[in-house]
Amino acid sequence: MSVIVVLIGFSILVAGGFLIAFLWAVRTGQYDDRHTPSIRMLFDDTKPRHKHNQPPTNGDR
Amino acid sequence: MSFQDHVDIAEELTCFHCGDRVKDAGISQDDKVFCCAGCKVVYEILQQNSLYDYYSLQTSPGRSSTFARDERFAYLDDPAVARKLKDFTDGKTGTLTLHVPQMHCSSCIWLLERLYVIDRSIAQSRVDFLKKQIRIQFSEGETSVRKIVELLSSLGYEPRITLDDVEKKIPSPGSRSLYYKVGIAGFCSANIMLLSFPEYLSASNVESQLSALFRILNALLALPVFFYCASDFFLSAFAGLRKRVITIDVPLALGIFILFARSLYDIFTQAGPGFLDSLSGLVFFLLLGRLFQSKTYERLNFERDYKSYFPLAVTVVGDGNERVVPLSAISTGNRILLRNNEISPADAVLIKGKAFIDYSFVTGESRPVQAAPGTLVYAGGRQVGSAIELEIVKSISQSYLTQLWNDAPSTVKPGTSVSRLANTVGKYFTIVVLLLSALAAAIWLPVDPARAWNAITGILIVACPCAIALSTPFTFGTALRIFGRNGFFLKNTAVVESLARADSVVFDKTGTITHAGGESIRFVGPALTAPERAMVSALVRNSHHPLSRAIAADLGSQPSLNAEDFVEEAGHGLQALVDSVRVRIGSTAFAAGEPAKAASNDHPSAPVDTRVYLSFNGRTRGFFAVRNRYREGLAGLIDRLSAGYKLYLLSGDTEAERAHLDQRFPGRLTMRFRQSPAEKLSFVRSLQEKYQSVVMVGDGLNDAGALRQSDVGIALTEDIAAFSPACDAILEAHALPRLDLFLRFCRTCVAIVFASFALSLLYNIVGLTFAFQGVLSPLVAAVLMPLSSITIVAYTTTAVRAVARRKGMV
Repeated sequence: MSVIVVLIGFSILVAGGFLIAFLWAVRTGQYDDRHTPSIRMLFDDTKPRHKHNQPPTNGDR
Repeated sequence: MSFQDHVDIAEELTCFHCGDRVKDAGISQDDKVFCCAGCKVVYEILQQNSLYDYYSLQTSPGRSSTFARDERFAYLDDPAVARKLKDFTDGKTGTLTLHVPQMHCSSCIWLLERLYVIDRSIAQSRVDFLKKQIRIQFSEGETSVRKIVELLSSLGYEPRITLDDVEKKIPSPGSRSLYYKVGIAGFCSANIMLLSFPEYLSASNVESQLSALFRILNALLALPVFFYCASDFFLSAFAGLRKRVITIDVPLALGIFILFARSLYDIFTQAGPGFLDSLSGLVFFLLLGRLFQSKTYERLNFERDYKSYFPLAVTVVGDGNERVVPLSAISTGNRILLRNNEISPADAVLIKGKAFIDYSFVTGESRPVQAAPGTLVYAGGRQVGSAIELEIVKSISQSYLTQLWNDAPSTVKPGTSVSRLANTVGKYFTIVVLLLSALAAAIWLPVDPARAWNAITGILIVACPCAIALSTPFTFGTALRIFGRNGFFLKNTAVVESLARADSVVFDKTGTITHAGGESIRFVGPALTAPERAMVSALVRNSHHPLSRAIAADLGSQPSLNAEDFVEEAGHGLQALVDSVRVRIGSTAFAAGEPAKAASNDHPSAPVDTRVYLSFNGRTRGFFAVRNRYREGLAGLIDRLSAGYKLYLLSGDTEAERAHLDQRFPGRLTMRFRQSPAEKLSFVRSLQEKYQSVVMVGDGLNDAGALRQSDVGIALTEDIAAFSPACDAILEAHALPRLDLFLRFCRTCVAIVFASFALSLLYNIVGLTFAFQGVLSPLVAAVLMPLSSITIVAYTTTAVRAVARRKGMV
């Protein structure tokens, strides 16, 4: 039965991972504005020309 | 009363790019009309490139230096002002949040988030569309606040910077902490439930060692729930008790505390598994209720005061030069320059110039007042016409408007969303529960002390009024969302209750039941020829009388002719020589060139419209019939409301419309005319002294005092992005005819809350029968308590939605 102890520990660890992910999402302001990102995601990504400028979206190319 | 005069556009224009309705003239390009610079830019790019490759082709380095320097923003160079506007700066990069009311479509977001392409010193710009805010990160030294503001306004997105922005508070992280609490409570309650299962399924089969481990884990998981997630309930219960009020949070906090204490006791004495699953589930549900209730309309601001109306800076004249000075640096004795449409920020004496002061937000009188040098101009007065010079005689905080504002709130309305209904019920509930547990103690203590302890704690646990605490947020929260869909935005859920209690409705006249600035004008007589129209236009353009302005606006753009020998006779009319024709406009007698007679000569039989007669060379040509336009559907609304409410009408204007209003709404409205803002406020207060619960519907700053004084102040607005004074609710003008429906819906919601109280009482009775006998087991509590919560949430939300559907509001 001692395997249950391991399983319980593991399940709490996994759940804790999700909790931390949620807390991180709140902390970085992802729940502050829940409307604009839904519009923003429809814009085409374009390649930034100036290296030193950060594009508004994290470029994926 | 709007800030700008609306110009009627004959045909409705739509934006070529996004299809939105174009306000005013819009922006034209290639014979196409756009609603905003964003759409135009997107169109141009598509036109030029046939693709979205903005970056490779549209970049114009150094363009920022070509933007016209705008002296209006000179005050932003003041380091103190700039520092206050910035959110953050470390000397290298700064961030700035600006309010840009013009943004309204996805193209606006697209353009505003690509500012870094246009100006390389801007690192990043992020738009919050609902708040109409843009947050700009820029490198200090390369650019300045002023340059950014100039860039934005050259793009057509002039930020609105008011006194409020400088004194802004840092946005509270309140909603974030609620998210944290919900997340943690959800995590802990789910895990506690999982770890409690073995106990319930078959306690005997679980090895005692494992069972002890599970209990210890549960106790550990319950710690953050009790000390962090539930902290608000304890704090607000204490705050209530300190003020000697028993709020709904008192029995909640008591229940949570007893649950926690009894569970820890049971676990450490190994008497049982405790009620930790019930505890964490309860806290999780309650927090969800708070989250549901905390729905706010971020794009709306219910807290605006005079600071939102005042400019941030004024032009000070002295020593022969003009300087733009921030308002905070203005003191008495300063000479300021007010241009057309600028607002005087403090009480001041007119020194030089021809002043026509529009006090419409202060007094509600729509007619501008002519002032001669030496007269006092009150703060909040807006100059109409040429520039004037004033000398400040009172500091800003002591001016008439400011004082009116500061005096207004004699009563403090429940600012938070605490439900009065739940608190009242909670008070009696607490008393009953305490009595019951005392009774249980009295019965069991002499017989079986151990059982007495079980019974007392059991009663306090099971009677924890979570169902009551959940029913108001879910009922009123759902109502809030349904209202929002119908163009009626409430500040918080407590407003629903106040609306349900209301028995009197007070309407403001100008701008509320009539269209703001929208008189309908009709020329009666043989139609005017084009040259005649130009001549009339040339004449009326010289006057600031509201009728002249209305006629001028109605005539639209006309070829400009010279009006010579212009004479305005107050109360009678205007005349001038245009193209050597003597044009006279005004009362019948004036237009006919007869000597002025008493005003009683005007048409007593037809008070419905105001007639302005026109004559050329002494020959009467006809008259302009000017008439207030009432909002559609009003007659029906007044008719339906009069069945259940006392109705009043307040107006800052003269009694000219009384007969017409009497005719329209016979005997339905009690009317008061020539009401100053202070009188409107005291009228509302006098109704409240007669124990009437007053809903005030108004629109301008002149109603602001009355809106704050009333039990529910509703600000009516044509455009929810536009300014509205501080209030409890904002109503879109098109939804006004449905006001009666909204009020009745609030009453239905209160009935639903009472029904849900009855429902939760049933659960409580079941639970109490167990608890009273001292046999409340953790399993019974774990089933009963979440079940009652879920029932209440499901019942209230579906009932409110069903009623809304039946009334056609969904």
